[in-house]
Amino acid sequence: MKKDIILAGVGGQGILSIATIIGYAAIESGLNLKQAEVHGMSQRGGDVQSHLRISDKEIFSDLIPHGGADLILSVEPMEALRYMPYLTENGWFITNTTPFVNIPDYPDTNKLIDEIKSIKNNVAINADQIAKDLGSSRSMNMVMLGAASLFLDIPYDKLEEGIKFIFGRKGEKVVESNLKAMKAGKDFAKKNK
Amino acid sequence: MKKLLLLGDEAIAQGALDAGISGAYGYPGTPSTEIVEYIQRNKEAIEKDIHRTWSANEKTALEETLGMSYAGKRVIVTMKHVGLNVAADPYMNSALTGANGGVIVAVADDPSMHSSQNEQDSRYYAKFALMPAFEPSNQQEAYEMPFLAFDISEKYHLPVLMRVTTRLSHSRAGVDRREILKENEKHLPKNPNQFMLLPAFARKKFKHLLAIQDDLVKESENSPFNKYTDGKDRSMGIIACGLAYNYLMENYDEGKCPYPVLKISQYPIPRKQVEKIISECDEILVLEEGMPLVEEMLKGFLKNQKIKGRLDGSLPRDGELNPQIVRKALKLPELPSLKIPQIVAGRPPALCVGCPHADTYKALKLLINKYGQGHVFSDIGCYTLGFLPPYQAINTCVDMGASISMAIGAADAGLFPAIATIGDSTFGHSGMTPLLDAVICKSNIVVIILDNDITAMTGMQESQVNGRIENICIGVGVEKEHIRVINPLPKNHEDNVKIIQEEINYNGVSVIIPRRPCIHVLKKRKK
Repeated sequence: MKKDIILAGVGGQGILSIATIIGYAAIESGLNLKQAEVHGMSQRGGDVQSHLRISDKEIFSDLIPHGGADLILSVEPMEALRYMPYLTENGWFITNTTPFVNIPDYPDTNKLIDEIKSIKNNVAINADQIAKDLGSSRSMNMVMLGAASLFLDIPYDKLEEGIKFIFGRKGEKVVESNLKAMKAGKDFAKKNK
Repeated sequence: MKKLLLLGDEAIAQGALDAGISGAYGYPGTPSTEIVEYIQRNKEAIEKDIHRTWSANEKTALEETLGMSYAGKRVIVTMKHVGLNVAADPYMNSALTGANGGVIVAVADDPSMHSSQNEQDSRYYAKFALMPAFEPSNQQEAYEMPFLAFDISEKYHLPVLMRVTTRLSHSRAGVDRREILKENEKHLPKNPNQFMLLPAFARKKFKHLLAIQDDLVKESENSPFNKYTDGKDRSMGIIACGLAYNYLMENYDEGKCPYPVLKISQYPIPRKQVEKIISECDEILVLEEGMPLVEEMLKGFLKNQKIKGRLDGSLPRDGELNPQIVRKALKLPELPSLKIPQIVAGRPPALCVGCPHADTYKALKLLINKYGQGHVFSDIGCYTLGFLPPYQAINTCVDMGASISMAIGAADAGLFPAIATIGDSTFGHSGMTPLLDAVICKSNIVVIILDNDITAMTGMQESQVNGRIENICIGVGVEKEHIRVINPLPKNHEDNVKIIQEEINYNGVSVIIPRRPCIHVLKKRKK
């Protein structure tokens, strides 16, 4: 078993929480893991990515090679496209469709969506809207994790444990809303993949 | 015991703790910061009361480290690569004083300059100082190396350097822990001259340092971290240093490389293994993360054509390595991959919405429009982003503290106004001494100390000068009436512009302190 995942977004959008939960679930499932992330200057509103590698064999590189990612999982549509060179031929491209606009030359959203829809295996999901409808707009990242859960080959209950593990300190309510958000993302992806 | 999921930096910290350190010193700097941060929040470190407070800068941190070593304890000091430039004086001299309690100088390099103003390879410093160096290739080695590094440091009474790079510093993996060692008992150096570098002693110590070099090579030749793996195809041999080893193995199924491979993770370079691989293989490819140190030594001035790497174009001359760059150097076919769609725009980092620096720069911008571009010297921190649109408020960024010193030099040359912008933590690091120069010469400069209450860029570390800035300025000799504190908020914009203008008009040293906490500090404190 091997899953190489590029997580993408803008600094502050919560991709590291996604990485932590998948990482927790992977370790609990007895798998090897490497996860490279970005700290420092780029975190200030810039593009950020994390390379998450899971395998039952030894993992060498901390970085995923170009043409090697089984999954691009992005919480922002333009950021998802930035990592296209990493995707394998049959890899899955899963992205939030709500743009994060903090630059003057942000492209036309419709054109972005067209570009995304032209990719062979894509799941485009308005995760901000789904999270908002659930009354927890901050759990957009968990909606995305839920959408990705179908492609991870990690038992879903291990991801649920991961959510309990990292949000447990914040109380039962926060855990519940994040679990709900993940479920909603999973349900959406099932229907729309 | 269950595996710990640790960043490379955290693995070094856990290894140092388990190898019995009594202190960790350092100054925050990406990608090294998480070493001390980990020790600061580690339960066992808190219980044992391991020293874990940030120092004012890397030089003081390294000297404090030497003091703890003098008293017999094991100690680690951490910094980023450019921090070692700041600490270079005590670092170079520590090769002569040596260590009493074991010393690890842990330095994180940032090839490709993700968050740095240059790229340097700290292994050159180890070679320069004639010190052993350790370069882990993965998180488990990062954890295990401090044990051996301290043993060698104490065996030879010599500090050792441990070098990591961004991708290992900031990548997580499972780590198995070893048996935990006790801290050293406090004990003074056996030789009372050990830390005395009067020339007569220093000469002897330098000869001693030269004399043990062969022993240090033998340590490398026998190191568990240096590994020779034979291969059937001897048309090429590969020397892979530290992290580069992973990028090599990534390109072969289950790491089965057909060529002989020498992995180097401990220096000085292991001579025996290098001689073997060079004599047995037709060509040698050297893979190094950072600069071509090993390659240059093997290639020599006469340019041995057999040695390939960054110097002959087999690999790029600058920047970090990755699996695809190494793949190309191995002459393997590229993996099929797509291009970035043209629609994707760049998204550079920017000051956060609500950042206090943004308000200060807006005020400053008005004055820049009046005097023209080219008057503002800046420094290292989040506020360096004030160079980018929409602010375009600063002109320089060189090294910690250079804003004030450069403003002085420019004012001496007749530039008016000459303005420095420097963060609170950077001021504590290296701003006080140039401010003293300015006071002595009555330089006509305006120093704007952007006080956001924290070391923000590196992720919210306490600033050493917190609550002390005005008193420091008074103590250094800045006139009280020309130390002005302002609150950088949109509603105060006009008042702030006026105050900056007044201090520009004053012929002498002025300090303006825009004071408002970083928005992330406020969020963090609310939690």
